[in-house]
Amino acid sequence: MNRAGERLVNGIIRENPTFVLTLGMCPTLAVTTSAVNGLGMGLTTMVVLALSNVFISLLRHVIPDKVRIPAFIVIIASFVTVAQLLLQGFIPFLYDALGIYIPLIVVNCIILGRAEAYAYKNPVIPSLFDGIGMGLGFSVALTCIGAVRELLGAGEIFGIRVMPESYVPVSIFIMAPGAFFVLALLTAIQNKVRINGERRGKDMSKIQSGCSSDCMNCADAGCAHRLYDEKADSASAGKKAEPEEITIEEIKEDEDND
Amino acid sequence: MSDFMKVSSNPHIRSKMGTSGIMLCVVVALLPAAGFGIYNFGIGALVTILVTVAAAVLTEYLFEKVCKKKVTIGDYSAVVTGLLLALNLPVSAPWWIGVVGAVFAILVVKMLFGGLGQNFMNPALGARCFLLISFTSIMTNFDCDAYTGATPLADLKNGMDVNILDMVIGRTAGTIGETSMIAIVVGACFLILMGIIDLRIPGSYIVSFVIFITVFGGHGLDWAYISAHLAGGGLMLGAFFMATDYVTRPVTKNGQYLFGILLGILTGIFRLFGPSAEGVSYAIILGNLLVPLIEKITLPKAFGKGGEKA
Repeated sequence: MNRAGERLVNGIIRENPTFVLTLGMCPTLAVTTSAVNGLGMGLTTMVVLALSNVFISLLRHVIPDKVRIPAFIVIIASFVTVAQLLLQGFIPFLYDALGIYIPLIVVNCIILGRAEAYAYKNPVIPSLFDGIGMGLGFSVALTCIGAVRELLGAGEIFGIRVMPESYVPVSIFIMAPGAFFVLALLTAIQNKVRINGERRGKDMSKIQSGCSSDCMNCADAGCAHRLYDEKADSASAGKKAEPEEITIEEIKEDEDND
Repeated sequence: MSDFMKVSSNPHIRSKMGTSGIMLCVVVALLPAAGFGIYNFGIGALVTILVTVAAAVLTEYLFEKVCKKKVTIGDYSAVVTGLLLALNLPVSAPWWIGVVGAVFAILVVKMLFGGLGQNFMNPALGARCFLLISFTSIMTNFDCDAYTGATPLADLKNGMDVNILDMVIGRTAGTIGETSMIAIVVGACFLILMGIIDLRIPGSYIVSFVIFITVFGGHGLDWAYISAHLAGGGLMLGAFFMATDYVTRPVTKNGQYLFGILLGILTGIFRLFGPSAEGVSYAIILGNLLVPLIEKITLPKAFGKGGEKA
């Protein structure tokens, strides 16, 4: 799989920002009162995320390391302002429904997180697709949550009545507690699918919080899934590997060899 | 030796009465209130009680079967939860309200957190609040064949006169089990005599509530107003049967007094300054959430620690 496609799949499934990374909980819980609101919020975030990723990636050699966070915020805030004015001009009902949560996209931790974790270190094209993938994952998650909440809380999906007339809406689901119930339920289903997959022997180990599957640039040297071997790299570069402390496993291995 | 070294969580004092015995006593203690509810509101109340209890027990059974866990319906705790929930429903509520509430109480509040002993909130009250928020119009509609109009507490809040004798006996509108102060107190006396509950939480709850409404109620030390507040609504049912729930009350003695005082103040705030007339359920589940903190600050000092410095 090429790198762009890999980034898309990573954002939507392996590292779904809502269900796997549980990032950006504020808009997730606040605006998903209906499927349309969830989709609108997700797509708006996706546009901002993709564009800010591209710009941060373009400017990654220009931005000094010490002031990178303010620089990211300026870039993200500019795109959020653009998105807000466009929404206000062309989709006013969504603008009214999302309200204060549109300007709050600036501080959405998914966007800042992807800028810091990916776009600041990688070329433009993968960064663009990383942003689109993450944004799509966020949109899918928000739409799912919104659809379930709308179905149970109002008997409708995307404003179309699906429940019979006799259904009494459980209005707690379109209030704040319902967001927590539905998010927990969907995350539990997602975990169940993963655990079942592992039982059948599929390699689902990459579905875990915070793994970008990019072992070369990953700081977690103790990760059990580490594919990239630093020792081999330093050896090939002709450097002498530093003497290592003997670990328990090595002692055990020695005993086994004896 | 292994018995000697066994370390378990409290309570450490063993008695012959197990969980099922205690739960059966609670069921018996609730029977006067349930019986009066059926007498007061008619056969519909009996149907609501039976459906809710059955749904609670069935939910626990099915959950444990599906999850391949040990079936624990034999400890009767699901019966108590279902019964308490039914007593908190208005008689006009359709049967499925009881089912939805029982499923929520057992599945979400109790089993998902690990079953009896692990739930951080009283299941029946959690479900009542869930229903109250979800189906507000159904849960606050107390019109039935026997009574029409508002509950005495709502009348009291609107400044109307109430008949205190009727409220003490229970001949008023309200949920199935909350109306009769006499029936609840009879059941509570049985529990106290059996040594299952003590007066620490109910006593401090009621006393602090009385002090609160005396100070802030705007009527001063008006016994008619105070007794109307005590007899009306779910205060008695909550104080004796829900706040004293073993799982969701503090284990420390001082913590139980503090818990009761907190509930009294919260109930007073909700009743006097809140938008609705009743506030016992919200006060108790809010108190339940604070139990870990209460236990933390009221932990007794170990022997030899914290004495006077020489």
